[in-house]
Amino acid sequence: MNDKPEKLIDKKGLRLDGRKADELRPVKLEVGVISNADGSAYIEHGKNKILAAVYGPREVHPKHLALQDRTVVKCRYHMAPFSVQERKSPAPSRREVELSKMIRESLEPAIFMEYYPRTMIDVFIEVLQADGGTRCASITAAALALADSGIPMRDLVVACAAGKIDNTVVLDLMDTEDKVGSADVPVALMPNLNAVTLLQMDGNLTREEFETAVNMALDGCRKIYAMQKEALKTKYVNVGEEIKEEAED
Amino acid sequence: MAQIITRVKQKQITQMIDNEKRMDGRGLRDYREMKIEQGLIERAEGSARVLLGKTEVVVGVKIEMGEPFPDTPNEGVLTVNAELTPIASPIFEAGPPDEDSIELARIVDRGIRESKAIDTEKLVIEPGKKVFVVFVDVYVLNHDGNLIDTSALAAVAALLNTKMANYEVKEGEVKIKPGYEKLPINKRPITVTIAKIGNKLIVDPLLEEEQIMDARISMAIDDDGHICAIQKGGSGYFEPNQLLEASKIVEQKAKEIRKKLNW
Repeated sequence: MNDKPEKLIDKKGLRLDGRKADELRPVKLEVGVISNADGSAYIEHGKNKILAAVYGPREVHPKHLALQDRTVVKCRYHMAPFSVQERKSPAPSRREVELSKMIRESLEPAIFMEYYPRTMIDVFIEVLQADGGTRCASITAAALALADSGIPMRDLVVACAAGKIDNTVVLDLMDTEDKVGSADVPVALMPNLNAVTLLQMDGNLTREEFETAVNMALDGCRKIYAMQKEALKTKYVNVGEEIKEEAED
Repeated sequence: MAQIITRVKQKQITQMIDNEKRMDGRGLRDYREMKIEQGLIERAEGSARVLLGKTEVVVGVKIEMGEPFPDTPNEGVLTVNAELTPIASPIFEAGPPDEDSIELARIVDRGIRESKAIDTEKLVIEPGKKVFVVFVDVYVLNHDGNLIDTSALAAVAALLNTKMANYEVKEGEVKIKPGYEKLPINKRPITVTIAKIGNKLIVDPLLEEEQIMDARISMAIDDDGHICAIQKGGSGYFEPNQLLEASKIVEQKAKEIRKKLNW
């Protein structure tokens, strides 16, 4: 795993996994995967496999954190020890603490927080397998889990990254591209409100490249958003059919 | 960790900003007065104190010998830590670092790391075995808003002021020689934070402005004017065109600060 590829884009303009510059990895979404949770979702984004579950609104714990005019959203992004090449200690790393905060802040604008004063909404994210872009996939799944829980939302939130490899701006970096490439720009979007709720970047970009990357990531977000809606619908079509069958029995 | 701010005050600040005015008489795109003092902690290898208005941050740099990371055997190590000391604000509590201090540390870290500010290859003593580890400790002494820009500035100022021990390797043993040399610095990143209040973008937010802002965005700019790190924060959002506007403001502000500091 230590040998770094010399070229991330070949002569035909294809990337290591055969994708074009503006092509997403395959995304699979499923809603309502954990029966105990109030809402849940599972995402496979390339080799990323991530579960998100929502519990709440429920009693605030510890109590002094309660807010009188709105709910408290808590978010825990966590990577399983076996999710990466070298075993990761299960204790939360500084990266996980930061990402938990970033993910929470990217979801909060979508939630009608003032509807549930003196309560808490827990968002739990478990990364079972990581392959670059876990924060984006986590946001996409967590927003679905929130919607599945029935909490009123202004919009869904969907996230996707763009970046720069071999001097080219490309969409949706996978692990190797993220590590060897020269920039990574994760973006989260509320598609109907056209509002960006997460933006991070590390690497080196000119302002023009930054603009290209953001626009490319936003396009990627909109593509995933269509799949997000489809996944939500699928669950309730299935539920509807189950009810029909029960009624017939 | 929110401090309560009255609705009257909230409304007042928002209305003023809507009319292009600020609480302390600044324009929307003006920084507060900036003061930098370097080398105030003699025991540290490098140090700097930065005042941005009433916000005050001290950064100390310590250098020790240690092991490199297995995936970067030919590079020294950079570690950034931030302490929101209870001295600095009634909302800070002693104890293990919370998510705010971790985020602050990681923003400062990314600005230095991604701009390749330190020439980490020159910190290698024995490849894969022994390197210098640069500890950058950010100490917030008074919090009146915009800790990110103040801390990032103080960290770079401290690194520019950092001395490294001379050493020689004799029969596999590292010996420290008398005298010092400067820590090899390539780039001087400048971080600029923009806060969004209502539909206006302002620079260098005060604490009260931070308490009512929708969201903020911080960008680190290197010597070539390239963006090397970005972090959005806060529970609000930006419209895509506001992001591009913000990146233009940041570019301009970073240029002005760079000129003023002669960096």
